[in-house]
Parts: sequence; structure tokens; C-alpha cells
Amino acid sequence: MNASAVVFYILSAFILATGLLAVTSRKIFRTAIWLLFSLTGVAGLYFWLGMQFIAAVQVVVYVGGIVVLIIFSIFLTQQSGKDLPSPLRRRTVFSALAACIGFALTCLLLSRYSSFRVKESDYDFAPDMSISAIGNQLLSTSEHGYVLPFEVISILLLAAMIGCIVIAMKSKPGDK
Amino acid sequence: MPVAPYLLIVLVPLLPLVGFVVLGLFGRRYLRAFSGLFATGLVFLSTVIALSVAYDYYFISGAGPDSVYHSAKVLNIHWLSFGPDFSIDMDLLVDPISVMMAVIVSLISLMVHIFSLGYMKGEERYATYYAYLSLFTFSMLGLVLSANLLETYIFWELVGCSSYLLIGFYYDRPAAVAAAKKAFIVTRFADLGFLIGILVLSFQAQTLDLRNLIQILGPGGQSLADALLVPGNKGSFLGISALSWGLTLVFIGGAGKSALFPLHIWLPDAMEGPTPVSALIHAATMVVAGVYLVARLYPLYTATPNVAEIILWVGAISAFVPAVIACTQTDIKRILAYSTLSQIGYMMFALGASGFTASLFHLFTHAFFKALLFLCAGVIIHRVHSNEMKDMGGLRRLLPVTHVCFLIACLAIAGIPPFSGFFSKEEILAVAWENNPFIYAIGLVTSGLTAYYMFRLYFSVFWRKTPAHEGLHHGEAPASMKIPLIILAIGAAFAGFIPFSRFITPDGRPGEAPAFGLNVIPPVFIALLGIGIAAWLYGKESNRPEKAAKALRGLYTFAYHKFYIDEIWLFITKKIIFNLIGRPAAWIDRNIVDGFMNGLASATAGVSAATKGVQSGKVQDYAWFFFMGIAGLAILFIYLYT
Amino acid sequence: MNQIPLSHILFVSTALFFIGMYGLFTRRNMITMLMAVELILNSVNINFIAFNKYLYPEKLEGVFFSLFIIAIAAAEAAVAIAIIINLYRNLHSIDVEAADEMKF
Repeated sequence: MNASAVVFYILSAFILATGLLAVTSRKIFRTAIWLLFSLTGVAGLYFWLGMQFIAAVQVVVYVGGIVVLIIFSIFLTQQSGKDLPSPLRRRTVFSALAACIGFALTCLLLSRYSSFRVKESDYDFAPDMSISAIGNQLLSTSEHGYVLPFEVISILLLAAMIGCIVIAMKSKPGDK
Repeated sequence: MPVAPYLLIVLVPLLPLVGFVVLGLFGRRYLRAFSGLFATGLVFLSTVIALSVAYDYYFISGAGPDSVYHSAKVLNIHWLSFGPDFSIDMDLLVDPISVMMAVIVSLISLMVHIFSLGYMKGEERYATYYAYLSLFTFSMLGLVLSANLLETYIFWELVGCSSYLLIGFYYDRPAAVAAAKKAFIVTRFADLGFLIGILVLSFQAQTLDLRNLIQILGPGGQSLADALLVPGNKGSFLGISALSWGLTLVFIGGAGKSALFPLHIWLPDAMEGPTPVSALIHAATMVVAGVYLVARLYPLYTATPNVAEIILWVGAISAFVPAVIACTQTDIKRILAYSTLSQIGYMMFALGASGFTASLFHLFTHAFFKALLFLCAGVIIHRVHSNEMKDMGGLRRLLPVTHVCFLIACLAIAGIPPFSGFFSKEEILAVAWENNPFIYAIGLVTSGLTAYYMFRLYFSVFWRKTPAHEGLHHGEAPASMKIPLIILAIGAAFAGFIPFSRFITPDGRPGEAPAFGLNVIPPVFIALLGIGIAAWLYGKESNRPEKAAKALRGLYTFAYHKFYIDEIWLFITKKIIFNLIGRPAAWIDRNIVDGFMNGLASATAGVSAATKGVQSGKVQDYAWFFFMGIAGLAILFIYLYT
Repeated sequence: MNQIPLSHILFVSTALFFIGMYGLFTRRNMITMLMAVELILNSVNINFIAFNKYLYPEKLEGVFFSLFIIAIAAAEAAVAIAIIINLYRNLHSIDVEAADEMKF
């Protein structure tokens, strides 16, 4: 077991542990922080995989965007000092059961079909090379170009933005 | 043969329909004051059209080169098509009878409309009254003009419906409501027979069209009658042939509408309606629908002597029994109602005795004098505010016009020459004499009774007492009420001179005018005798009527209570039908039919109550179910069905 | 990194997925439910990246999918928060149990 493997297991343990804390913690603000750690761990995992660009996007969008948004909304809607309401016991039991069943099922499937054909060569792109390749392909109009999905996603983001404003807008007392 | 000129006849029923629709929808709110004039105007138009078409038909274009009156179909509309050769049509038939009936119906209806302008004035539901009256006129005209049996049936029911509405016009009086219900139920009960009869006949003939039906089933050419008449042959039931069954059932329908014995019980009660309505519906037009129906299918009835025999006897009994009852009644309208029953009996037995022309002739004249009698009764009631004979008396000075008209009508109905009733009655009696002397005897006695009770009424109303002079200055009646009386009186007096047999015969060929010989003497003599007795008993105030009643006590009470026929019907319906059929049916309905439905409903409700908890509105429960479903399907497809 | 078999990474992502699912089922606060959804999306992203890296290192499809998922997740988070804020305004609570009007 070399250092790389050790780093992987530590990262994995970190992601899972903070993720578990994020879904069980009683204080909402701590939940958000645990989530932040977990997402950062996922970004670390991407670094470990050699996907620097995705890791950077993960940090920028999730850590810098979504989690901050969530924290804002916590401030808007919640007294962050209070404990969260504890889940119903019946539902906790059944949810844990469902999660375990799902996990066991997926692991069974994984062990059954884990003989992937793994390519040993060509692992390492040069990081900058990878990013420029991503950029070229993302905006390329040739056969494997992603410019159309890119435009579509930009329209989606615009629509989501307008939608959010409309939904969250305070309606005047008179209208309805 | 040109058909186009008769196309105008379509308007004859349609104009009253327009009146009904307009008055029914807007009458009460917008046209209140004008509704009477509006409806009357429309009926006037349709009367004019009917008369012009009749003139055209009888005198100009109706008769072919062989001077036979042909029938013509106007307005052939396919309405409900069931297949290539079976459809229900909406079409109008123009032939001697239908044109004659259209003229009578529209004319009498017009008179009644005009009369009602005065009679119903100031009535709360004036517009509604005219709407109903228009509906009735429309349906009756449709009935007489319709060219197939089902169309006839539709209008037949419409007529019954409008009759129901008009009898129950004063719906705040319990008696009127009960009478309306009684009329409706009794006629409806008989109509069931009519409907089954239609089905039997049209099934055998494979057509509903009247002309084809007569051609196929009637005697002659491509007749099925011989095959169908043999008992035990195709379609026979209980040893009676299909044709006899069908015709008998149709006759039962006609008997219900025409109030023949023993289904006559509704007609006297129907007098609860406004008097002009009684004149129109329950004297001149609707109640003769049965006669008209039998006359329509006359060739078929002549082909089935056994059914004709039934008609003969039912008609004779219906002529005689109500005449006896009429002699004892004291309500003016009821006397007239029983007299109507008796006269319809006359028409019916004339048909049964194959006196087609005589019967329709009597129908024609009867329409005039009976409508006249009722309208006169309307004037009298309007004046006296009572239907009871004892409240009247000596009215001849107060109501001079009515007096003369009433007298003309009484002479006509009693059969005194030269008034119209004399001619038609004479023809009927002549037919009866040829056919069956016993029936002739019944007819003769009835004729005497008719003269007696009509003049009993006449003397009680107009003579007997010296009049109380209060109210002389009121005047008799408005002109709108007098004019119809005068017109109808002219009709009642002179309609008999129409050479009826020239126009209306079973086969359309002009017949011979009957010659009046010595056979005139007995009916006229017996009528004069009846008048004499009535004058002796009721001419002056005396105790003779009471004495006579006492002398004939048993018979008198028996007749006074209408031979207890109502009670017999009540016994049959209440004690027998309700207990033996109604109750078990109700039990089955309540416990089995309803029970099944209720069981279904409560089972559904129970299942939904048991399962609705799943729809908890908790989104996380839904997610949980969703996931477990996916997991279940995954297991199913990955491990069990690989 | 080539000493770590792909199945281990997949095991991590599966575990993260079911942790997120557990959170989605049990959390009563809608914002925390949203966080659980983010965890689930991340686990999917990990899968895409790992498959891309291990099976088709010369291609970039997995990366693009992840990018799009991240973009959509951002949009989704924004919309979800807008809805939560609106709900909070109407119900004065963001407890998911309170929003149960759509029932029998």
C-alpha cells in the first residue's frame, strides 16, 4: 500500500464520515458545515483522481456557491441556534432499513460485475492539457463537440434564475 | 297528383308550436298581456291554412280523375334510421280523415282560444294557460296529421301530457291535482296497450307507416292478414292471432284516451280543469282521438271481425251506462262529461258496426255541439260561480245569447231535426239497425236518455226558478265569449247539411247520401218523449223530481254513485294490485336492487377509507415507497428474471 | 492511484448515495433535505469521474456529464431554495411535515 492508496482511504473515510454527520447532526448550521467538509472531500477525491478542472469546479460551485446559498437561506428562514426537530422514530427505522437494503443490493451488484476492463496505460494527462482539451471539446461544433448542450444548459440556468426570482418574490397583499 | 299545395299543412301544427315555445319561454315575463292575443292569432292563422288546404283538397285537387280521394304524404323526413328498410319517419299524411280532423281541431281550438280571452282574463297564470293550450293544439294537430304509428304515439303522449297540465291548471286545488293524476295514470295505463299494439303490428308488417301497414296487413293485394289471422299461426298468443292481439291492444289505447267503459273514470274528474279546456280537450278533440285511431286503422278492423265485435260492444256499453249516470248527476260539467262519454260510445259502436262515415260524421257534429255546450256552461259558471244545478235556474233572461245557443246544442245532441246531431245520429242508428237490432235498441234507448238528461239540464238552468234579478246590469258576457258561442251554434245547427258521405268513406270513393225514410220516426219520437219527461219534471219548480227519484230509489242511488265503478277500480288498484304486485316489487326494489347498489357504494367507500391513509401528504413517505418500489423491481428483474 | 481498484471508489460513492438517501428520508427540515440531495448528486458525480478515469482515460465524456450535473445542481439548489423561502412565507415553517395539504 503506497501513499496514494493511503490518501484515497483517508479521503474516503473523511467524505463518508462528514457526510454522515451532515445528515444526522442536530444543529442546522453545523449540518451545513459538515456538508461543506464533505463536498471539499469530494473535491479532494477529484484531485486524487487527477481531474484538476473538475475538482476546481467542485470547489467553486459547491463550496463557494451552493453551500453559501444554503447558509444564506438558513439565515433567512431559521434561528440557527435551535436544535432541529428530531426525526420520527418509525421513519428513522424504516429509512435506515431502506438505505441498508439499497446499499447491500448495490454492493452485491458491484461484487458481481466488478470485472471491469481497466486500461493500465494513458492515465496521466498533463493538467493544462486536460483543461485545454475540455475547453476545446466543450465549445466545439464538430462531431463530439458539446456546444449545443452547453447552450442548452445556459438557457436552463437563465430560466432557473428567472424562476427563482418569480417564485421567491414577495407578492403584494392585494394580488393573488 | 300535385303534392306541393298541401305542403302548407306543415304550418298548421307548427304555428301553435311556435306559440307554445314563445309563450313558454317569454310569456310570463314579457308578453303577459298579449299572450292570449298572440296565441289566438297563431291559431287563427293555422285555422285559415287548415281551411284553405281542406278546400283545396276536397274541392279542387284531392280527388283523382276517378273522383277517389287519394292520400298523400307531405314532408317525408327520415328521423331515426335503424337500417336500410326500417326507420322512424316524421311525416304528415293528407287524406280525407286527417284533413277533416285538422279542420275540426284547429277550428274548435280557435273558438276556445277566443273564448278564453274573456274567460281567463285576469288569471294569474294567463300566459302559462295559453302556452299549454298552444301545446295541446300542436300535439293534437300533429296526432291527426301524423303518417306513421310511432309518430302518432309520440303526439298521443304529448296530448296526454298537455291534458294533464291543463286539468291540473289550478294546481292549488287538491281535487284538480288528483284529477290530473288520475287522468294521466288511467290514460297512460291504456297507452301501454297502444304501445305494445304498435310493436306487435309493426313487427308483423315490418313497417310503421300507416298506409303500408294497412296495405300489408289489411285485406286485399299483398295481404298478410289471412296468414296472421289463423290462430296458432305465426305470432299468435293464447290461441288468438297476432293481428287480433295487436288491434285489440291498439283499441285499448284508444279506449283509454277516449274514456270508454270501463276506463272512463278519469273523464268526469277531468272537469276540474278550466271550462274552455274541458270544451277543447275533454269534449271535442282529445277524447275522440281513440275514435280517430280506430278509424285510421279501419281496414284492419274490418278484416278482424272478432275485434270489431269487441269494439261494438264496448262502444254500446259506453254509450248506455254513462247516459244513465248522467240522468242523476247534479254538477253541470259532470253531466256534460257523461254525455261526452255516451256520444263517444256512439261513435265507437258505429265503427264496430262498420259505419265508418256515420261515426266520423258524428265526431264532426259532436265537436260543434259539445264544444258549444261546454262553452255555454263556461258562461253560466262564470256568471253563477257554481257548478251545481241547484244554484242555477231561470237564467234565460240574464243570459239570452247563451240560452239560445244552449238550446240549439241541446236540440242537436238530442237528435231533433234539422239540427246537426239528428243527421249523424240517424246514420249511426241506421248502421246499427242493419248490423244488430239489439245494438240498435241500446242506441235508441240511449238517444232517449240523452234527450232527457240534456233537457233536464236545460230546464234546470234556464227555467225552473224565477231568476233573482240582482246582477242583471252586469251584462251577459264579453264579446270574446259570445262570438265563439254564436259561431259554434251556427255549426251545431247546420253542420248536418254537409254531404259528409261524399267526402269521407273508408276507401275514399264518394258514397251515397243516406236516405231518411220511416226509420227516422222512432229516434225522433223517443227524443221528444225524453224532452217531454224532462219538461214535466223540471220545467217548473216542483217536488216531482224527488218523487221520481224516490220511486226509482235503488236504481237512482246506484246510478247516482256512477254504478260504483270508481270504487271497483279503487278496490282493484289499492287492494289487489298494490298488495299483490306493488308491495313485493317495492320490497325487491328496496332490498335487492337498492341493496346491491348501496352495497357497491359502501364497499367502495370502505376500500377507500381503508386505503386513503397511504395518501398521507408526507413527501418523505412517498419517497420511501418510491425507493422501496424501485428496489423491489430491481431485485425482481436482476435476480428473479434474468 | 492505480493500486486502488475501481470497485472501491464505486463503494465510496454508493455509501455516499445511501447516506444522502437516509438524510432525505429522515430530515424534517427542508434545507437539510436539500443538503442530502446535494450529497446524492455528488456521489453520482464521483461515479462519472471514476468511470471516465478508469475505463476511458482518453475521453472526456464523464467530465462533461459531471460538469452539466454540477450546473443543474446549482440551478436546482437555487430553485429549491426559492420554493423553500416561499413556503416559509406561507406556512411560517420549513418543516416538511407542515406541508401536507395534498392528501386524501
